[in-house]
Amino acid sequence: MNPAPDRTGIQPGEVTAFFTDSTLCIGCKACEVACKEWNGIDEDGLNLSGFSYDNTMALGHSTWRHVKFVEGMPTPGLGGNAPEQVSWEFSSDVCKHCEVAGCLEACPTGALVRTEFGGVYLQPDICNGCAYCVVACPFGVVQKNEEDGRAFKCTFCTDRQKAQMEPACAKACPTESIVFGRLPDLREHAKNRLATLHARGVADAQIYDPTDTSVKGLHAFFLIRGEPQTYNLPPMPEVPTEYMRDGWTSAAVQGLTLLAGVALSFLALRRNGRETRG
Amino acid sequence: MSTVPAEIRELRLDAIRREAKEKGIVDAPGVRPAGSPMPIASPQTGYYGAPLLKEPQWTPLIPLYFFVGGAAGSLGVIGALADILGNDTDVALTSRWMALSGAVLSGALLIVDLGRPSRFLNMLRVFKPQSPMSIGSWVIAGFSASAGLASFADLLNALGGPRPIARFTSGVGRVGSVLLGMPLHNYTGVLIASTAIPVWNTHRRSLPREFGMSGLQAAVSLLELSGYENRTSLSLLGLLSCGAETAEFAQAISDRKPETEPIRRGSSGVLVQAAAVLSGPLPLGLRLASMFTGKRRARTLRIAAACCGIVGSLCLRFGWLKAGKASARDWRLPLQIPREGQSG
Repeated sequence: MNPAPDRTGIQPGEVTAFFTDSTLCIGCKACEVACKEWNGIDEDGLNLSGFSYDNTMALGHSTWRHVKFVEGMPTPGLGGNAPEQVSWEFSSDVCKHCEVAGCLEACPTGALVRTEFGGVYLQPDICNGCAYCVVACPFGVVQKNEEDGRAFKCTFCTDRQKAQMEPACAKACPTESIVFGRLPDLREHAKNRLATLHARGVADAQIYDPTDTSVKGLHAFFLIRGEPQTYNLPPMPEVPTEYMRDGWTSAAVQGLTLLAGVALSFLALRRNGRETRG
Repeated sequence: MSTVPAEIRELRLDAIRREAKEKGIVDAPGVRPAGSPMPIASPQTGYYGAPLLKEPQWTPLIPLYFFVGGAAGSLGVIGALADILGNDTDVALTSRWMALSGAVLSGALLIVDLGRPSRFLNMLRVFKPQSPMSIGSWVIAGFSASAGLASFADLLNALGGPRPIARFTSGVGRVGSVLLGMPLHNYTGVLIASTAIPVWNTHRRSLPREFGMSGLQAAVSLLELSGYENRTSLSLLGLLSCGAETAEFAQAISDRKPETEPIRRGSSGVLVQAAAVLSGPLPLGLRLASMFTGKRRARTLRIAAACCGIVGSLCLRFGWLKAGKASARDWRLPLQIPREGQSG
């Protein structure tokens, strides 16, 4: 067994994290309900997607925790599925609170900030709804609420963390699929859990935490079975600021071309004398 | 597994029997009903094909701003230099007030697009070099002030105001218009390229060129339609921009990467390609033809080229936003899943 690491006495300045273990998730959506209740989020529609029991399909301005229902081909074996039944896994998705966050870099108002616990927090009293963070997130997490006008995403329950309490979703999770704690502790915990699973024969279990990309790792990382694509997790997420150097270089060359073009065309075809004004 | 024809099931049973007999073990992954309509989550189908990225949530005011801002920035540069270098006072004067109008209109378009327009000043709370949106906000603010100063100097001159003050304001206004007009005319290319949207970031090198040349062409075309269609210097700048757009177009259609699909196919592809023709080969042909015809014919051809250029520049901005939306919906790209029949 792998008991969750101690999470008491976390002080500002320490980096906190979520470790979401999909092999322990039972798809109860308690995290979604707890998140909505604590944060007072709007309902996200009463739509039936037709895809398993997932009717929100993605994170958004009114969905800060999102339980994915990963239905696959019938795979007899682990999990106790009957051979003719689909395989079924669940995973509670959340804002990844990236080490290098695209939304945070892109925000022109400073509404998005890094908190004292290392999370990425969107200050609703500063956001003016420019929607640039929406296209800057490589995970498609942030969304503008068209009715309200501002963008919204998971706050990492910064308010609760300040009061030395764990986030609402982690508290409500009945199976410790969502574990909250100090980032280094959780990385260690995840490693042990993975080793336990591998020892039990769950060979396809892996940790999703792209530390080798420009995102430089997540403060909300996952244990999944199989490939990240199945869970709508990008294998190689990149912070969009990576593209800026090429963009600005090209823009500077173009700007100088404009200047030279205008200067030369007017200089070469200099008019003689003053134009008669009408 | 009723979706699988009986004879295939029998063949499969035979194969399992053979495998068991030869190897003593059957390690097949299980029953996989081919052609099943059941939606699944898998490394090949993603998460039921649900989009990973969020679509840009900008209204049509933003591509309209891309057009206005691109033209205004170029007009700022033209207005600051046309009289000093080219002795063309009329073009310079017109450019300067058009640049100021464009800057004011740009600001208005951007503010109205905000979710909370009353908080537009929050853009100037911080300066973040790592955010093209932040840099852009400061560039527009500075450019508006510069264009305002330049036009204020023109007003002082027209009213016979104090000479030294007019000279000083004009100088500051012109320097600002040139220095900030250069980024204003094409930073929007960097703005959309520095995002997670694949069709935008894959064109991070070409977008600032394409948007910049498109802005210059819009500026030249607007001036030509304002009664300066006889200026050879403007024609030359028109040729430069059409030529550059033609080269970009040729390069863009030869790029068959899956990321570029939204500018090649679908309604966004039609719009971007139409824009490319309208701002590249078509006005280029018209402008070249105008050099070899009589004076009256040449004027008509140049006005036609100017109209093409303006419509093309507008379509280009709307086309690229549409392409960005289409690209965000394509879940295969960020998940690195090749389309069927495609290898990588």
